[in-house]
Amino acid sequence: MFKHINWFNSATVIVALFLLLPVMVMLYQAILGDSELGLHMLRVLLAEYVSNSLLLLLGVAVGVLMLALPAAWLTSMCRFPGQTWLAWALLLPMAMPAYIIAYTYTGILDFAGPVQSFIRDWTGLGYGDYWFPEVRSLGGAVVMLSLVLYPYVYLMARAAFAQQSVTSLEVGRSLGYSQWQALFFLAMPMARPAIAAGLALVMMETLADYGTVQYFGVSVFTTGIFRAFYGYGDTAATAQLATVLLVFVVALLAMERLSRRRAKYHSVATTDKRAEPIELTAGKGWLAFVLCLIPFALGFLIPVLQLTYWAVFESNEWNWDFFSLAWNSFYLACLAALLVVALALLLAYARRIEPGQPVKGVVAMAGFGYAMPGTIIAIGVLLPLAWMDQQIISWIQGLGWSSPGLLLSGSLVALLFAYSVRFIAVALSSVRAGLDSIKPSVDYAGRSLGHGPWGLLRRIHVPMMRSTVLTALLIVFVDVLKELPATLILRPFNFNTLAVRAYELAADERLVDAAPASITIVMVALIPVLVLHRAMNKRPKQN
Amino acid sequence: MLLSFSKSSLLVVALITGVAVPVQAAVDVYSSRKEALVKPLFDQFTQATGVQVNLVTGKDDALLKRLQVEGDASPADLLITADAARLHRAKTGGLIQAVDSDLLRQVIPAQWRDSDNQWFGLTSRARPIIYATDRVDPANLSTYEALADSQWQGRICVRSSSNVYNQSLVASMLAAGDMSNVLESVTGLVNNFARPPAGGDTDQLRAVAAGQCDVALANTYYLARLARSDKPEDQAVANSLSVFWPNQDGRGAHFNISGVALTKSANSQAEAQQLMEFMVSRQAQDWYAQVNNEYPLVADVAVADVLAAFGNAKADTVSMQTLGDLNKKALMVMDMAGWR
Repeated sequence: MFKHINWFNSATVIVALFLLLPVMVMLYQAILGDSELGLHMLRVLLAEYVSNSLLLLLGVAVGVLMLALPAAWLTSMCRFPGQTWLAWALLLPMAMPAYIIAYTYTGILDFAGPVQSFIRDWTGLGYGDYWFPEVRSLGGAVVMLSLVLYPYVYLMARAAFAQQSVTSLEVGRSLGYSQWQALFFLAMPMARPAIAAGLALVMMETLADYGTVQYFGVSVFTTGIFRAFYGYGDTAATAQLATVLLVFVVALLAMERLSRRRAKYHSVATTDKRAEPIELTAGKGWLAFVLCLIPFALGFLIPVLQLTYWAVFESNEWNWDFFSLAWNSFYLACLAALLVVALALLLAYARRIEPGQPVKGVVAMAGFGYAMPGTIIAIGVLLPLAWMDQQIISWIQGLGWSSPGLLLSGSLVALLFAYSVRFIAVALSSVRAGLDSIKPSVDYAGRSLGHGPWGLLRRIHVPMMRSTVLTALLIVFVDVLKELPATLILRPFNFNTLAVRAYELAADERLVDAAPASITIVMVALIPVLVLHRAMNKRPKQN
Repeated sequence: MLLSFSKSSLLVVALITGVAVPVQAAVDVYSSRKEALVKPLFDQFTQATGVQVNLVTGKDDALLKRLQVEGDASPADLLITADAARLHRAKTGGLIQAVDSDLLRQVIPAQWRDSDNQWFGLTSRARPIIYATDRVDPANLSTYEALADSQWQGRICVRSSSNVYNQSLVASMLAAGDMSNVLESVTGLVNNFARPPAGGDTDQLRAVAAGQCDVALANTYYLARLARSDKPEDQAVANSLSVFWPNQDGRGAHFNISGVALTKSANSQAEAQQLMEFMVSRQAQDWYAQVNNEYPLVADVAVADVLAAFGNAKADTVSMQTLGDLNKKALMVMDMAGWR
């Protein structure tokens, strides 16, 4: 038995260290690299980067909570017109890459765009005669990121609300809480670990975003990192800035940890009975409808309509390679999702059965990659893989054979590795949220019945965690589908994806021509979103 | 069962590593020019010669990093970038090597290629001042430096300093003047911005047309693209704008290049050189001129009509190599001047 666990533990530590490798490579360069430039940037620009990043984080946090929480609670606990389709429609903005929504809204709302032109034609006013919010600003970036990131919190909060057993709420109600008091004093606090986990993901995604802030001209931390790398071509300065970014991440993770520790709630439900939905009628029902419609309409419907219009009426970029692009994107995202979730299960599970310090530590750190911009991860992946490739090549040549080429760094292995580093945190967070809601006593019971760790996972946890595992698969799938910077650097020859195509045309300022690829990303991402929704709504069978 | 497992694992390995056995010589290209701006030419090349071309596109410095990390084992034969400074960076980093081709030396003017034959320009792009015809008297325009004048207060639109075209423009100012003067000019320019830099070149042109600002710095092919668009609103934007060629009494207007280099690790050197030479052929140069409205570098290839309508300019003759050397310094100047 012990032997078994040790083997399992060391496998876990090796996987976690592997996932940490790119981050460690960057740290190593930051310490070793001698950079005048790093100092220059720190002196001149760091204050601005830090304050803008903090404002962006704060704004997105507020925006995401305002969009996600009412919608999650209403769709899981109430019944109102349109509730059934809104419940899944609210997930759809997830399929929208942040840089694409940013381009699209700029096209709609910019000074030269249709909305403002209409206002000018209609009122006869000229530039400067009226006030209109500037899309390309810090505020604009907050709105864009909130619109596409709120589904992370929505998804987790909804799962948490749905899992809350009717008993605790009924006890609350019987003790004299009103419906609203039950919401604020019971449901919300009980869902707090899930909400905090979702929010931590949103924050990290915000820190890693480059496309949106770059297009909007907002100087945040990633801007500095990219400037050091692309502008100054200085890897050491890049690594130094990335290290400062890590401090942000550690702080965020610590905050999330803290909120989890204070709120260790396990699902105590012994019945699977869900709370009777609250019936919202007439005015209230319509209010709920509107509250849930807003995030969906702004985050999905309007940009998709605009993109569709561009794609259908204005772009000539439809052609047959779309099938191969869509297929590449799809199978890459599938492979990555399966791999990343498998790794996350391994890590989360090891942490649960063997909560010793070394395992806990490496598992916690394995998630650092999520807040790192894809470019940084890509460099961190490239260095060790290329080194291994050189070793393989010299070994094979030593045997008298010809060089096999770059087996690792020149193939999809590099991409899958980068995706694992970048997205393990998402999968881990979701899987852990599921694991944490299973009482430890269930583990003990399983172990006493003679199940080993593997049997425990397969026979007890996986069925109980179906919805969280599916959630993890979905989020990683969609994230990989949208991922751009790492894909751009690491992909093999002649291997393009939809995101690459959309980016290339948009970066060449052919926004309209980027629309067909953008809309296809959204369509491909819809498949797992809908599958997930169906799977989550099917109640697990009672034994 | 076992058999099917091993078969499927083979399939997975093939899918993941993308093992492809080259049947014949192929040229492997790392390009920071977008696929749409190189692939059609490669297809023509393959048709004419039978040599396959494999392509990865990406951002220039990321591709340089990939080349550097892969070292001798790198499969890349050619590096194509949309900016001279990056080619120069590849040269100083020891990532590329000289090509001894009489043809390349003959057809590409010395200003547009490396003095050690390590890289060669393919097309050039101009970055003049573009102004609103109805609101700006071109008599008030003269040089890039003069845009720092207070008469332009709140009237200038230009994109972010992260953009390489702006970096190489400031590098060209540094090549012509001393650091403190350039810093003064750039600070003045930044103080005259109508709005914080955002968006791309086309966005700046639209903002000028819409009246948010009166002059913009932008590459001519963006204006040409608007002029040739089949959308009436794009044509309206282009029709309301004019091109002013600055610094005509001095060093000339700023031009940058897109260019190509042979990597140090190149395996298919002969084929790679063949492709380089193809890219300065009449056929290829004509394609760039007509499809992307760029200036061909080869003498007798005609520019697109729409570019010709912008008039002829005296081009700054500073060598691309100097601009490459000054790139970092330019970025520092922009940082100090507050150009975000």
